[in-house]
Amino acid sequence: MKIFSTILMVISPTAVFAAWETNMPRGVTPTSEIAYDLHMLIFYITVVIGILVFGAMLYSIIYHRKSLGHKPASFHESTKVEIIWTVIPFIILVGMAVPATKALILMEDTRDSEITLKVTGYQWMWQYEYLEDSVSFFSKIDNESNVARRLDSGVDVTEVDHYLRNVDNVVVLPTDTKVRILLTASDVIHAWWVPELGGKKDAIPGYINEMWVDIKEPGIYRGQCAELCGKDHGFMPIVVKAVPKNEYYKWVSIQKSNKVAITK
Amino acid sequence: MSANIDKLHDDHSHTPSGIMRWITTTNHKDIGTMYLWFSLIMFFVGGLMALVIRAELFQPGLQLVVPGFFNQMTTMHALVMIFGAVMPAFVGLANWQIPIMIGAPDMALPRLNNWSFWILPFAFTMMLSTLFFESGGPAAGWTLYPPLSLQGGDSMPFVILSIHLLGLSSILGAINVIATILNMRAPGMTLMKMPIFVWTWLITAFLLIASMPVLAGAITMLLTDRFFGTSFFTASGGGDPVLFQHIFWFFGHPEVYILILPAFGIVSTIIPAFSRKKLFGYDSMVYATASIALLSFIVWAHHMFTVGMPLAGELFFMFTTMLIAVPTGVKVFNWVATMWRGSMTFETPMLFAIAFIVLFTVGGFSGLMLAMVPADFQYHDTYFVVAHFHYVLVPGAVFAIIAAVYYWLPKWTGKMYNEGLGKLHFWLTTFFVNLTFFPMHFVGLAGMPRRIPDYAVQFADFNAIASVGAFGFGLSQLLFVYILYSTLKQRVTAEDKCWEGAEGLEWTLSSPPPYHSFEKAPKID
Repeated sequence: MKIFSTILMVISPTAVFAAWETNMPRGVTPTSEIAYDLHMLIFYITVVIGILVFGAMLYSIIYHRKSLGHKPASFHESTKVEIIWTVIPFIILVGMAVPATKALILMEDTRDSEITLKVTGYQWMWQYEYLEDSVSFFSKIDNESNVARRLDSGVDVTEVDHYLRNVDNVVVLPTDTKVRILLTASDVIHAWWVPELGGKKDAIPGYINEMWVDIKEPGIYRGQCAELCGKDHGFMPIVVKAVPKNEYYKWVSIQKSNKVAITK
Repeated sequence: MSANIDKLHDDHSHTPSGIMRWITTTNHKDIGTMYLWFSLIMFFVGGLMALVIRAELFQPGLQLVVPGFFNQMTTMHALVMIFGAVMPAFVGLANWQIPIMIGAPDMALPRLNNWSFWILPFAFTMMLSTLFFESGGPAAGWTLYPPLSLQGGDSMPFVILSIHLLGLSSILGAINVIATILNMRAPGMTLMKMPIFVWTWLITAFLLIASMPVLAGAITMLLTDRFFGTSFFTASGGGDPVLFQHIFWFFGHPEVYILILPAFGIVSTIIPAFSRKKLFGYDSMVYATASIALLSFIVWAHHMFTVGMPLAGELFFMFTTMLIAVPTGVKVFNWVATMWRGSMTFETPMLFAIAFIVLFTVGGFSGLMLAMVPADFQYHDTYFVVAHFHYVLVPGAVFAIIAAVYYWLPKWTGKMYNEGLGKLHFWLTTFFVNLTFFPMHFVGLAGMPRRIPDYAVQFADFNAIASVGAFGFGLSQLLFVYILYSTLKQRVTAEDKCWEGAEGLEWTLSSPPPYHSFEKAPKID
């Protein structure tokens, strides 16, 4: 695998930016790890089934051809065989459903969260409200990307810092804390998604949806709106900055003291 | 004298010549031909839209179109391909094949047949004309989710009316198929002796009748929300935006199988013919098709796992969705068992049918992955989904349609296509279809959402590859048009039974078949 990625880096100068990423990130939350592990499990199962089925087919294509003088067999209809290949897949499916069900029950359990972040989708920006601390602000695409993304802007977008994945105000969240995220929207349906924090959830007008994250590693995680929400759907990024708890509370107190400036 | 008149009646059609022949025709072959040509034209119209999309996505940054127009292209591409290309192609095949496969002279309801075709050009003219409106065409995606679709410009009522017309056409076509199959089979052809293609179409027709009115209801409520002050789907008026998604996908999932069941029928016809061996499990194929059709009504919410359903709902739809893998697996295993120890040759229809099995199964695998709700929270609305449904629809449905055309073209026209060119068409198409859609799995997993006109630079390389593949795929289809053209122009005639291993009543007719396919019902024992 290492050799493979080295080759890619040599043949493509952009490979260093993980441009050839082919898989889901494992992420930094329990939910993202669950999603990744389940994804890989099912992937390997399908690979094995694929090898068996396509292998049988390939063997048949190579050896059972008329040009080799192969005479057709006359067998057909076998209830026994039909039952076997109905029951075996069913058992495999049950084997897949068990871990999936366990994972889903865990993912939908938003109890015992320490802080609550309310996310509201607008065309085309996000509003974040820290309900316990009454901190609130809007977050939209940063100016550099916003200029570069215009039709015929003349800007080389590969030179832009985190093109389309950068915002003016980042969401700050504490690590090792169960954060409940409430989602809603003011106009049309949006979806809040940061791949490394696990799955996405729709933000729907008139609904309050919930999900939770528990970020295990400090860092900056980027995502974007995942539900078509109009012409600038592709331009409402999300940036989450995860910091240790004490730093987080420092940040909150600064936000509170700057409250007037921020809410303006 | 009367015998003479009868004879005259046998030999020609009593229809006007020139354009009026096609406008007034009630003949199943003429109507089938028109459906197929219409579908081919729409395939290129929708394909051009796909190329606008892929050209814009060739590299990051906006180079060609503004985001609003990009969204019109994605919306229209889907509507044109689903309602204009794939569905009419299957109806065209049904028109041509069902009467000659069951030993009937024509479809049961010929005038209705004429009408259900002629609705299509008008509906699509209206739908496509919205692209020239000042406010542009529909841009909320083919799924028309409110509240976004309610923000649309003047195009919305026109698009909704044209979808109503398309639904009407489909329902009429489905009624005709059911009436024909249930009433006009040759004596002795019991249901369980019908060709498998006829079976899949019978089941598809019931799906159409059950699901199209649901779509009509959903879009009518959209219309009244927009123009008559109702609030079915508007939260501020006490309505529910998610309700629309439930209704839409209650139509939408059966619709997915409407687009694939006839393809199963085609592949189940072609694989035995070129394996020179009977279909392994005819009965279980019929039961599997029926099971898939029934399951299609209880899986709809897997298209909307992220809307925030209760846990019990998510679990229910996860289990039912996974269950579809069982009958689908039965089908794939049966095809492989049919090929096993056959005596295979690899003419163009067989090549497309084999590619169908492999690539459709790849799409089935990604479908199984998407059924896992915890993982779907990551996959949902990404290019992984785009890759999935293009794998089941392009090398799935479209390959089956192309295979059917190559398989039955000698029967329809009495002329043989050029086998070498057909094979070239196959290899080009298969190479480029994978070059286009396989990289989409990667960018989707890496985090690229669908329906975006521009993307972060880490997705650039695979997108460039996909765009190259899309143009290659599009250009390869020009070869298909040339093959059709050269087949029609040539003089070499095809035999009545041009495939050694082909079975069925259609091969007992001349190529091309007589105007009223079976004057006297053949006897089946």
